[in-house]
Amino acid sequence: MVKLATDTRLLAGPEIAAGAESYTAHLARLGPLPGSRYRGDLIQQLEDAGILGRGGAGFPVGHKWRAVAERSGGHAALVVNGAEGEPASLKDRSLMSARPHLVIDGALLAADAVGADAIVFYVGTRHHRAAAALRRAMAERKPEFRRRVDLVEAPAGYISGEETAAIHFLEEGIAKPTSTPPRPFERGLWGRPTLVQNVESLAAAALLARGAQGRGTTLLTVSGAVHRPGVQEIKLGTRVADVIHEAGGLRAPAQAILLGGYFGSWVAFHEASNLYLDPGLLRGAGLGLGCGVVSFLPADTCGVEATAQVMSYLASQSAGQCGPCIFGLNAIAEAVARLARRAPRGDDLERVTRWGGQLAGRGACKHPDGAVGLLRSALRVFGDEFASHQRYGVCSRTAALRGAA
Amino acid sequence: MAVSLQIDRITCDGHGMCAELLPELIKLDDWGYPIVKSAAVPPALMDHARRAVDACPVLAIKLRSLVRQP
Amino acid sequence: MSDQILWYATRGAGAVSLVLLTGVVVLGIAGALRWQTAGWPRFLTTSFHRNLSLLSLVFLSIHIVTAVVDPFTALGWTAAVIPFLSPYRRVWLGLGVVATDLLLAIAVTSLLRRVIGRKVWRLIHWLAYACWPIAVVHGIGTGSDTTFLWMLAIDAASVLSVLAAVAWRLSVRPAAGPAIRPAPEPTW
Repeated sequence: MVKLATDTRLLAGPEIAAGAESYTAHLARLGPLPGSRYRGDLIQQLEDAGILGRGGAGFPVGHKWRAVAERSGGHAALVVNGAEGEPASLKDRSLMSARPHLVIDGALLAADAVGADAIVFYVGTRHHRAAAALRRAMAERKPEFRRRVDLVEAPAGYISGEETAAIHFLEEGIAKPTSTPPRPFERGLWGRPTLVQNVESLAAAALLARGAQGRGTTLLTVSGAVHRPGVQEIKLGTRVADVIHEAGGLRAPAQAILLGGYFGSWVAFHEASNLYLDPGLLRGAGLGLGCGVVSFLPADTCGVEATAQVMSYLASQSAGQCGPCIFGLNAIAEAVARLARRAPRGDDLERVTRWGGQLAGRGACKHPDGAVGLLRSALRVFGDEFASHQRYGVCSRTAALRGAA
Repeated sequence: MAVSLQIDRITCDGHGMCAELLPELIKLDDWGYPIVKSAAVPPALMDHARRAVDACPVLAIKLRSLVRQP
Repeated sequence: MSDQILWYATRGAGAVSLVLLTGVVVLGIAGALRWQTAGWPRFLTTSFHRNLSLLSLVFLSIHIVTAVVDPFTALGWTAAVIPFLSPYRRVWLGLGVVATDLLLAIAVTSLLRRVIGRKVWRLIHWLAYACWPIAVVHGIGTGSDTTFLWMLAIDAASVLSVLAAVAWRLSVRPAAGPAIRPAPEPTW
């Protein structure tokens, strides 16, 4: 991995395994937060640097802050989103447990910039170490907050980190998305303009405020057929080949990578290994970093089977509020599962393809969109495998293994 | 005045009357839920659109003006 | 002579109102059950439900106005809106006033449903299941034509229709959507 000239990596400092960095060490390494007089227009800096959100949607952070700041009147709310409902992603909980003070720095900067008089740290209920580290750090920083601050545990589940679901949970205890308009930046938590921002995005803002140049680094969660899966910090633009190298190399030949999480895309391995992990370049190829998940599918695993697991999981995680999501994802999951088992109905592949083109934009949130996005990339990357399962009931992966035996 | 169809997907319960009354712009998926073929309502279909909006038993569909008030 | 006209108008309009309201209730239930055939799309059920209810309000108004201005009944206008006020057939007439008040509440909330929101609208609309039987009892109790065959036939047909519709409603379990089954987190 290419090291930056000035070490403004998010995870610079002690190893993640060493636990939460203390406030003293944090200050010694990074110095205090610039006082408001010296911060300049942080929102403008974020826009100029083109920092994108790290929660999955990739929305420009500066624009988001500006939209809230324009409406806040000093009474906005900030939700620090550490829910990390994506099972394959570990980066947010790692960042919160290892660098809680950097996350708090980002939260303070955001709250000041948008005029928020309340901050809620929304941390996934399973992320015990992260919550403990943040609680301790919050106690240490108490005098700095000068506003209402809470830490609330987000329920486990894929959608609990969705913006409107987070707000709905904080207000009424129900982690389900709500209809928009109004969007949170207009009217969110307790009716106020609300900024819901991922913890990594806030940490990136905290480094930018201290003079980090450009778009800096981003966090990935590398998993699958590599020797050393785990959280990796990369400079934007790093090649997938370098990510593999940093993860100790492949432990088995890989056929594809899942890029961006379950709302991301499959990419064929021969296309992926020369990919540059830069949001702009990826967008040109119809791809995105999403929540930073990079998962290597081994060549001896059936792509249809892997896709079936993801579709079943996403169907199970539907909030159950919108017909197209409930019925559509359920039907897709069942059909892809039958295809994976090589016992499809005659029109399963045709219907799955049709439904895949029909669900986007027809729910209250982006859950069905993300799911069919993944499905369509699967039909593209594993197209031959899907066809083989549908027409001949034959899996080339297992057939190849049988042939090799 | 440009007007577009807006459906509240949580409230929508798949009654399907919008598709019956405005088939040019709305069709139903395999489970009876509306697919908006085109959200922009041409002037010729405005009466039908209003009827479709009015017929929804759960008030899930609305007409939204695309021109912001100055 | 003109008194006779008013008297006949009251009874006639009352009978017509009952028939129309019976239709409204049956159509309301058919709508809730999403009944349709190839030749009868669902919007027809909703449209007729609304139009017939408005029409029944017209005939109900005729029924009430002719009853009030009829010198024989000695009803005042207040007795037409506040139940059990007038001594004239106090109980049976009073029930009619109750049914009218309920119907007005249902009609007004329906016209204003965009403003009051679905929950309130729905709560009040349920009063229809109280309004209709009260109207039937009012008709049988205070109706001067009750014992005539044609009126008995109308009453019987109305009651049977609504009973059949309610039985149908109770017999149909709402189609449950697919259960959102838990699924494990993917691994590979």
